[in-house]
Amino acid sequence: MYKYDQYDQAIVDARVAEFSDQVRRRLAGDITEDQFKPLRLMNGLYLQLHAYMLRVAIPYGTLDSRQMRMLAHIARTYDRDYGHFTTRQNIQYNWIKLEDAPAILEDLAKVEMHAIQTSGNCIRNISSDQYAGAAADEITDPRPWAELLRQWSTFHPEFSYLPRKFKIAVIAADEDRAAMRLHDIGIQIVTRDGQLGAAFYVGGGMGRTPMVAPLIKDFVPIADYLSYAEACLRVYNRYGRRDNIYKARIKILIHELGAEEYARQVEAEFAHVKSLGIDPPAAELDRIAAFFAPPAFETGLPDSVDRTDPDFAVWLDQNVKAHKQPGYAIVNISLKPVGGIPGDASSAQIDVMADLAERYSFDELRVTHAQNIVLPHVAKRDLYAVWQALTDADLAAANLDLISDIIACPGLDYCSLANARSIPVAQKIAQRFADVERQRTLGELKLKISGCINACGHHHAGHIGILGVDRKGTENYQLLLGGSGAEDTSLGKITGPGFDEDGIVDAVERVTDKYLELREGGERFLDTYRRVGFDPFKEAIYG
Amino acid sequence: MAELRFRDDEALEQPAVTLDSFLTQSNATAVRLEPDEDARQLIPHLDRLTLVEIAFPKFRDGRGYSSARILREAGYTGELRAQGDVLVDQIAYMRRCGFDSFAPDAPLDDAVVAASLARYDHAYQAAADAAVPVWKLRHG
Repeated sequence: MYKYDQYDQAIVDARVAEFSDQVRRRLAGDITEDQFKPLRLMNGLYLQLHAYMLRVAIPYGTLDSRQMRMLAHIARTYDRDYGHFTTRQNIQYNWIKLEDAPAILEDLAKVEMHAIQTSGNCIRNISSDQYAGAAADEITDPRPWAELLRQWSTFHPEFSYLPRKFKIAVIAADEDRAAMRLHDIGIQIVTRDGQLGAAFYVGGGMGRTPMVAPLIKDFVPIADYLSYAEACLRVYNRYGRRDNIYKARIKILIHELGAEEYARQVEAEFAHVKSLGIDPPAAELDRIAAFFAPPAFETGLPDSVDRTDPDFAVWLDQNVKAHKQPGYAIVNISLKPVGGIPGDASSAQIDVMADLAERYSFDELRVTHAQNIVLPHVAKRDLYAVWQALTDADLAAANLDLISDIIACPGLDYCSLANARSIPVAQKIAQRFADVERQRTLGELKLKISGCINACGHHHAGHIGILGVDRKGTENYQLLLGGSGAEDTSLGKITGPGFDEDGIVDAVERVTDKYLELREGGERFLDTYRRVGFDPFKEAIYG
Repeated sequence: MAELRFRDDEALEQPAVTLDSFLTQSNATAVRLEPDEDARQLIPHLDRLTLVEIAFPKFRDGRGYSSARILREAGYTGELRAQGDVLVDQIAYMRRCGFDSFAPDAPLDDAVVAASLARYDHAYQAAADAAVPVWKLRHG
């Protein structure tokens, strides 16, 4: 885990003082809400339907037990005893009072956390692979590269009033667990001639105009890494559209210019930027990387696990993944119990997860973009004890990547942008498919729900996606099929006319029934869909 | 006229002309750049410029930050003024991008300006000011 030095801490402390002063001026009426808005937004504070929402940054989704407990403390002290883990690997609190925000930031700063740039038209929290440091297929841990970007982008003086928000993900494996190509910049760490470097994919995103990012540069060495990122951003800051908020993301610029022309402009800008000396020496990556050295794994641990308890065996098969170190495993904690709100956890549950991380996972936790939590390094001999503790805390849902492991945005229950509720639809679908054996029969099926066209619930990337819209004053749900946020990135296609809340649940079931009828061999839903195409499903849905 | 100025030389009050006029008029020494105008067009003429005024019609429009850096990176040492919808909480970022004078539409509170400029002892990244990036402090 990265640890702050005196400089990191001083910057975050200064930020607490600055934001406290901005809140004071706002409460005193010295600045208008319109002037305060960009300031609070750059600090993750949104005004929602019922209250302020505060989004706290969890850089690349990694945190330790002390930080996790602080998140529980904030939920208990300043909110309604729960928090919501988001698709950006952050946590947000939905019932915050403006006057409490400075105290919350002070608490966060005590554990090396903050809410800097978790909203606003700036570079947002850098996201990454939740299995970083644990997955066998990574070529290196991507997080040092993400931390370099975190520091470079924090209070970047030139890129804090961009045309629109800007999201960057960094991965270092061929299997993409972070929806990398659906980011404004997706970076894959690769090797060439034995050297590590970064492949830059630029111009992906979801929202109302979803796009898969094209490859802009196949190899940027570490010596040029930040200069190249700076060049990418400068071209966007200068030429990204500002006339229409819906066309202001970088994906539109690249779509209009063409990827080749954008790459050419970045290359020209890079040739200039490279002369400015903004790249740190390789020693800085080495310094950061040392914080992410593998923990002191025990050797000679058994690889076998006692599967006598059938409920445990189901969870083991579904939620536990292979670790690169013999004798260890990656544990996924599903925040999707049937009937629950996807991504929500109570302060007591957050504390339980912190305790388990401290005791069994080298004090580390991860937040995933699918709104679950990971204990990255658990010895296999401890899995049963971990499962028992999770079961006691109602955290042992054995549904990772199954149909009830739903990504859903907060929707109209909370969000001022939403057209329709997402949470009740997620709950009804989970209830319809509550039988875990039925879910396992369906296999991997990523269902994602957004309550409006902004796509915070990643509906474009769902194997099955659901988009809530407003149709003449009533909530209506469109169905999409065939999206993927993995390395085989694709965008879902709308099936046809929408449904009401119960109708969409029925439509999902008609799709899964059809899939069971059509599938061959070990095909996942997505494989079958890609093989047979859209029409058989459309016919099953609409008859 | 700048309300806030961080230069020792005397302010020369001269009308800033549009970019088009400047490029066709050989005697102008002050120019005003709109957000969508390309600062690089000024680079061949930097030696005769004493004032570049960069317009901020809306505080949310951040193109002027890049324009400022481009001019400083090209070696421009004259006055670089941010004019328009310039808010007190933007001054520190603008200073880092090379602005050294400010003509905001609404008056600034001097105490708040001073506090915000003094707030951060360190910066993570190199920019157009003299701040030494944290990585350089770490590695010498």
